[in-house]
Amino acid sequence: MLKTFAKGGIHPPENKLSADKKIETLAIPKQVFVPVSQHIGAPAKVLVKKNDLVKVGQLIAEQGGFVSANIHSPVSGKVFKVDNVTDTSGYKRQAIIINVDGDEWDGKIDRSEELKKDFDFTSEEIIKKVQEAGIVGLGGATFPSHVKLMPPKGTKAEILIINGVECEPYLTSDHRLMLEKADEMLVGIQILMKALKVEKASIGIENNKKDAIEHLSKLSKDYKGIEVVPLKVQYPQGGEKQLIKAVIGREVPSGSLPIAVGAVVHNVGTAFAVYEAVQKNKPLIERVVTITGKSVKKPGNFLIRFGTPISDLIDAAGGLPEDTGKIIGGGPMMGKALNTTSVPVAKGTSGILIMPKEEAKRREIKPCIRCAKCVEVCPMGLEPFLLMTLAEKAMHERSEKEDVMDCIECGSCSYTCPSDRPLLDFIRLGKNQVGAMRRARSQR
Amino acid sequence: MNEVVIATIITVSSVGIIAAIILYWASQKFKVFEDPRIDEVESALPAANCGGCGFPGCRNFAEACVKADDLDSLFCPVGGNDTMASVAKVLGKDATEKEKKVAVVRCNGAPQFRKKTTEFDSAANCTIQHNLYGGETACQYGCLGLGECVDACNFDAMYMDPETELPVIVEDMCTACGACVEACPKDIIELRPVGKKSRRIFVSCVSQDKGGPAKKACSVACIGCSLCFKECKYDAIKIENFLSYIDPVKCVLCRKCVSVCPTDAIWEVNLPVRKAKPVAPKKSVAKPEVDLIKVAKENSAKDTDNKEDSKA
Repeated sequence: MLKTFAKGGIHPPENKLSADKKIETLAIPKQVFVPVSQHIGAPAKVLVKKNDLVKVGQLIAEQGGFVSANIHSPVSGKVFKVDNVTDTSGYKRQAIIINVDGDEWDGKIDRSEELKKDFDFTSEEIIKKVQEAGIVGLGGATFPSHVKLMPPKGTKAEILIINGVECEPYLTSDHRLMLEKADEMLVGIQILMKALKVEKASIGIENNKKDAIEHLSKLSKDYKGIEVVPLKVQYPQGGEKQLIKAVIGREVPSGSLPIAVGAVVHNVGTAFAVYEAVQKNKPLIERVVTITGKSVKKPGNFLIRFGTPISDLIDAAGGLPEDTGKIIGGGPMMGKALNTTSVPVAKGTSGILIMPKEEAKRREIKPCIRCAKCVEVCPMGLEPFLLMTLAEKAMHERSEKEDVMDCIECGSCSYTCPSDRPLLDFIRLGKNQVGAMRRARSQR
Repeated sequence: MNEVVIATIITVSSVGIIAAIILYWASQKFKVFEDPRIDEVESALPAANCGGCGFPGCRNFAEACVKADDLDSLFCPVGGNDTMASVAKVLGKDATEKEKKVAVVRCNGAPQFRKKTTEFDSAANCTIQHNLYGGETACQYGCLGLGECVDACNFDAMYMDPETELPVIVEDMCTACGACVEACPKDIIELRPVGKKSRRIFVSCVSQDKGGPAKKACSVACIGCSLCFKECKYDAIKIENFLSYIDPVKCVLCRKCVSVCPTDAIWEVNLPVRKAKPVAPKKSVAKPEVDLIKVAKENSAKDTDNKEDSKA
């Protein structure tokens, strides 16, 4: 019996169309749009101005607070201007626009492909390198990684859990990375273990990626303290709290961080980025993005520089299909529909999913029949039908008591609802209002 | 037989007397003194319980009025100066006259001016759409057109215009309680002084985009060209973030800014039609006719009917 989390969960059709497509490097575009807020937390402060010459890997915006991340130039060329550009948030926000000229890298970066296994850094040095490289959680939440590596006083990490679950249907970028960059990733995990001063690390992988489980199990024998944990296929296992429950059987209490149960979770992509930052001095300037969809001609996985418009990626996958209904940034469950194809790829873009019209359209909203399916599938043990009604009626105090803030926005409730009710839309609204209420309270 | 009746009468009445004594004692012991003026003030208030004063209801406002040393910071926007005068009379305090205000919608992006670039198909709720993205058009500041403000209005003073897909405020019924201002996630609605003879001039746009993108997204957007700023002799116009704002206190209604605005973003309300101008006046919005109010009322009546139906 394979391990999984305790409550709820669903199993949507996997549709991993690009699972056997090797990672290709996408050509550098003529112009890139690098948003300054690609992470959770304060936006980065721009350091360059118009007509400045930049090299690949040069710092162009520095972190604007403790919970924030540095941003480096993904290309070499001349800064065209700093302007507002529509990004994945659906709003125009500050971005640095660079006209590309050649591909000249910063001298400090080691561009060789050679695997560098040994490292001799202290925990503090590693954290400093991770922070300088602007690494954020590459699973999609984009939480600055250096913050996670510094447990608050009075807490101690016992185990590092590496998230190779990729429970979202369609997406395959982490899967491909685990197959193609396994050694680098394992070194990255060792570096993270050193930084956190833990002896043990578990890589959680869902059982639908048997090749990755096999490959990593074989390689991890050479690395001390790293084990691979195969998991039952169940969405949303990639959620931090669900993964902890599945791998070590501990439940994170409501409102606390994973460190409360001694666990720290990092994504496989983050582990690879940490390897590159520490061993090769390479800041986070590119990532693997899956481009997929049922009507896409050539679904695939591309290594792509940040700031490249997604239209370039769509062209590489054989162009925009005629019956396109929605373009989604991220996976089908938690991703967000994008309003233009000029949106640049950012640190949190794990995939671009093109949905045909027929599948993308919303069905008619029907009345709640009290079947309690949403309660059954909620991995956080909440009552989505109730939270939706409370948000609709603006009863925000009550929804706070019903623990609306524990919702991880996995969308299992909306997926399973036989009446097609927009449960998550309203729960998000409730979370938003309760968040605003709490902020107002703390200011008082 | 008689004895039983007498015994019963004695028992029941003694229980009654003892209970009365206990109740009297309790009412004296646990008496809560409530200022009788609170009731008097409350009866002078409109009893709309709209929250426009900043308190949860009229009773709380009355309590605050009685407690307060002066009424300067307290105001009932629904009742206006008359109500505040009667409140002041009850309390023997002075009420400061405040200018009557009215809500104005600062977006002019009807579909013919502001083309839709995307389609929003989730629940019809402005805040949900606002949290998701900038909106169905290329303007991320403008009205989303889903009518959360109309739902928030307690006084039937708003309705959605089906043609422009924008909310319309029925001036005669607006009490400036601010519920719509609070409800709008885009902060489009503003409370402005009614002005002399209900005449007002304001910039009907909140776009902070630069001129080019703003104009591209919506042909009637304020592009921050500062022509109005240069034209105004009374220092009433400010330009910030590529957006012009007319100070209602300094504005003398000379209308010069209205004629220079290249995108028709500045609106004049209830001003007489111009004589000297050879071309027909651009936009003189007539005061809403009585039948319009009727329509609004009918619409809202229909809405409440529907709501009741769905509840049943």
